Amino acid sequence: MDINYTPEERAFRDEVRAFLRDKLPAEISRKVKEHKRLGKEDMVRWMRILNDQGWMALHWPKQYGGTGWSPIQKHIFEEECAEAGTPSVLPFGVSMVAPVIIKFGTQEQKDYYLPRILNTDDWWCQGYSEPGAGSDLAGLKTRAVREGDHYIVNGQKTWTTLGQHADMIFCLVRTDPEAKKQEGISFLLIDMNTPGITVRPLITLDGEHEVNEVFFDDVKVPVENLVGEENKGWTCAKYLLTFERTGIAGVGASKAALAHLKQVAREQQVDGKPLIEEPHFLARLADVEMELMSLEMTNLRTVAAAEAGGVPGAESSFLKIMGTELRQEITDLFRRAAGPHALPFLPEELAGDFEGPYVGPEFSASVASRYFNFRKLSIFGGSNEIQKNIIAKAILGL
Amino acid sequence: MDFKFSDEQRMLEETVGRLVRDTYTFDARNKILDSEQGFSKEVWGQFAELGLLGVPFSEEAGGFNGGGPELMVVAEGFGRGLVVEPYLATVVLCGTLIDGLGNDQQKEQLIPAIIGGETRLALALHEAAGRYNHTHVDTSAKKEGDGYVINGEKAVVLHGDSADQLVVIARTGGDTAARDGLSAFLVDASADGVTRKGYGTIDGLRAAEITFSNVKVPADALLGEEGSAIDALENSLDLGLIALCAEATGAMEVACDQTLEYIKERQQFGVPIGKFQALQHRMVEMRMELEKARSITMLAACSLDVKPELRKKRISAAKAQIGKSGRKIAEEAIQLFGGMGMMEETAVSHYAKRIVMIDHWLGDREYHLTRLEQLIDVSDHEE
Ligand SMILES: Cc1cc2nc3c(=O)[nH]c(=O)nc-3n(C[C@H](O)[C@H](O)[C@H](O)COP(=O)(O)OP(=O)(O)OC[C@H]3O[C@@H](n4cnc5c(N)ncnc54)[C@H](O)[C@@H]3O)c2cc1C
Repeated sequence: MDINYTPEERAFRDEVRAFLRDKLPAEISRKVKEHKRLGKEDMVRWMRILNDQGWMALHWPKQYGGTGWSPIQKHIFEEECAEAGTPSVLPFGVSMVAPVIIKFGTQEQKDYYLPRILNTDDWWCQGYSEPGAGSDLAGLKTRAVREGDHYIVNGQKTWTTLGQHADMIFCLVRTDPEAKKQEGISFLLIDMNTPGITVRPLITLDGEHEVNEVFFDDVKVPVENLVGEENKGWTCAKYLLTFERTGIAGVGASKAALAHLKQVAREQQVDGKPLIEEPHFLARLADVEMELMSLEMTNLRTVAAAEAGGVPGAESSFLKIMGTELRQEITDLFRRAAGPHALPFLPEELAGDFEGPYVGPEFSASVASRYFNFRKLSIFGGSNEIQKNIIAKAILGL
Repeated sequence: MDFKFSDEQRMLEETVGRLVRDTYTFDARNKILDSEQGFSKEVWGQFAELGLLGVPFSEEAGGFNGGGPELMVVAEGFGRGLVVEPYLATVVLCGTLIDGLGNDQQKEQLIPAIIGGETRLALALHEAAGRYNHTHVDTSAKKEGDGYVINGEKAVVLHGDSADQLVVIARTGGDTAARDGLSAFLVDASADGVTRKGYGTIDGLRAAEITFSNVKVPADALLGEEGSAIDALENSLDLGLIALCAEATGAMEVACDQTLEYIKERQQFGVPIGKFQALQHRMVEMRMELEKARSITMLAACSLDVKPELRKKRISAAKAQIGKSGRKIAEEAIQLFGGMGMMEETAVSHYAKRIVMIDHWLGDREYHLTRLEQLIDVSDHEE
């Protein structure tokens, strides 16, 4: 057993570091590190920089423009990006719809969509959840009826992340209401500019506009936009859900957050002493550090198994639960680190161009909002309860 | 031992309950949050009419002569409705401090005005460098001629943005963090040299950073003896802590109720999600936290007359428990609501925010655990 990177892996890491040093715009990484709001332009700009380098599609096969990297290389890349403070890459195009198109799409679909996704010509969003279909996704009701060359879509999607910017949405729709739940579902790509689509903002508890409702009222979608076979959309959805996601544990993000937290705890004074010397705080910090070590090794073991050809299946459910709980715990500690100054709620302080003065210490401006916002981590992407159900069934055989 | 409320306490509970149910709906509260001053003068007027602003004051002063349990009853009712009016700041913190320290003239001038709803006050106490430590005071009051000159900065002053008058805790002697040498002054919020930066807090309240720069006050602005405000201050803070614990308990109760109702109604996989045993157990755990919170709040509320060390111990234990139980209940409520729990339009998210952030007012869980550790040998016997 050797837990160190090989010389090749270290060389790869140096290459990634050099790239980030040269190409990551300072004003963008500043916003990320200071937890300022990122605009669509910031995200698109970064994704185009990645594409220029050929590093946009970590998970795609090389022939479609992917990196062809090994799981360990992807892991290194994600970790370095988190440390450097890159925006996260919008997952809906490159990590969600693209793998489905690659696996189930027609040649025309691949030729048309994949280059556009690489270059972020379209902003994608995910239309799975509905008011009545969250954890029970197969309970979805949005209807698509074939009429000649088109499907006519009626219904509603909800919690659509960043749908307000979207050019395209991939949707699960019901094409056969008579069939068993999972068997009457199809996977459709829909242009957000089609008449009959209405996007309404949903405001989350931290006051931000990050999710939306999307309404479909007699929306005409060309049949060419069907991916895979009609009524076989569940296969696409399942493929996507189990699709290899090395980043799911968020180890890089947690490491970066913990490093920042320690720095804050050294700077903040409590009664003339650094916060990091306060015994309760320090004990919790040490606990988080311990959990992070365990998580990182668990993650690396999964990554190494993938490297050796094993497909991470239900194991990624472990990583999702452990990773999200840890990220949430760190936001709780940030809240504590801010003390009374976690209370002031001044959304203007989170604007990218806000120059101060801040009401409290600068880091405290975002801590309470982030703590509440991060509750989402254990809800979306398959709630942590659903992940536990998966583990109970698939790993424990219960 | 008798856990039943007296007739008067029950009356108080019903009065607050009715007011909150009838006028303090979720929509009405949202309108209040969006208003310029962030609370409702109309509601404040109703508090006055119903006698709620007089709860902790003596009957001679026109009050209700209430103690810990009465305050608990009122605050719990406020917690159920997430009331944002400046009751804690004006009545509990400043009102009782003036009552405890002031001379007859000061009391006659202020207490009836508080009870009548005519004046609102804020306690300018905590400072950024001291965080939750109320003895960490660098703000100074220096004698000059007949009066004092105040200089310093106060952080996150609850309802300091809208108060007419401030009770400022300043140092007239002693080093930073010394218990001796703290004095309380009444300062007009619009006095020369007072600068306020007001803002909303994430739990729906208002607060301010306040700077005092050569603020001149007359000698009769001093409340009580120079340099000896600490005991009265700690009495008022303890009342404030009881009120916060009770408010949190009321809010936790509603969060639990709303979650229970939701998991009975919300259908997934063809059944109410409350049918899933995994969620049933979670709901049970929430209820246990609620019971603990309620019990320890009662303990704190009934401890005003025990020896001071024991009182402090119990009150810190209560606030620490609230911090722990509150976080658990708030996080679980959001989780069991799923995506709906993340929405501003869902009432439970507002309860969750208030419950979690109550930990940041008057000392968080770690702060109070530390106090509890220091009092670990204080025995429960009351001799
Ligand atoms: C910020 C945010 C962004 C999102 N972005 C998107 C997006 O871009 N696109 C999209 O399609 N969706 C998105 N979602 C939706 C997300 O996928 C759903 O919220 C999630 O699937 C949970 O569904 P629900 O909210 O309906 O909760 P429910 O399914 O109603 O669940 C409520 C609670 O019950 C629990 N539960 C449900 N079933 C079981 C069971 N069988 N056993 C035990 N517990 C159970 C859940 O874990 C949860 O705690 C987003 C959600 C959020 C909060």
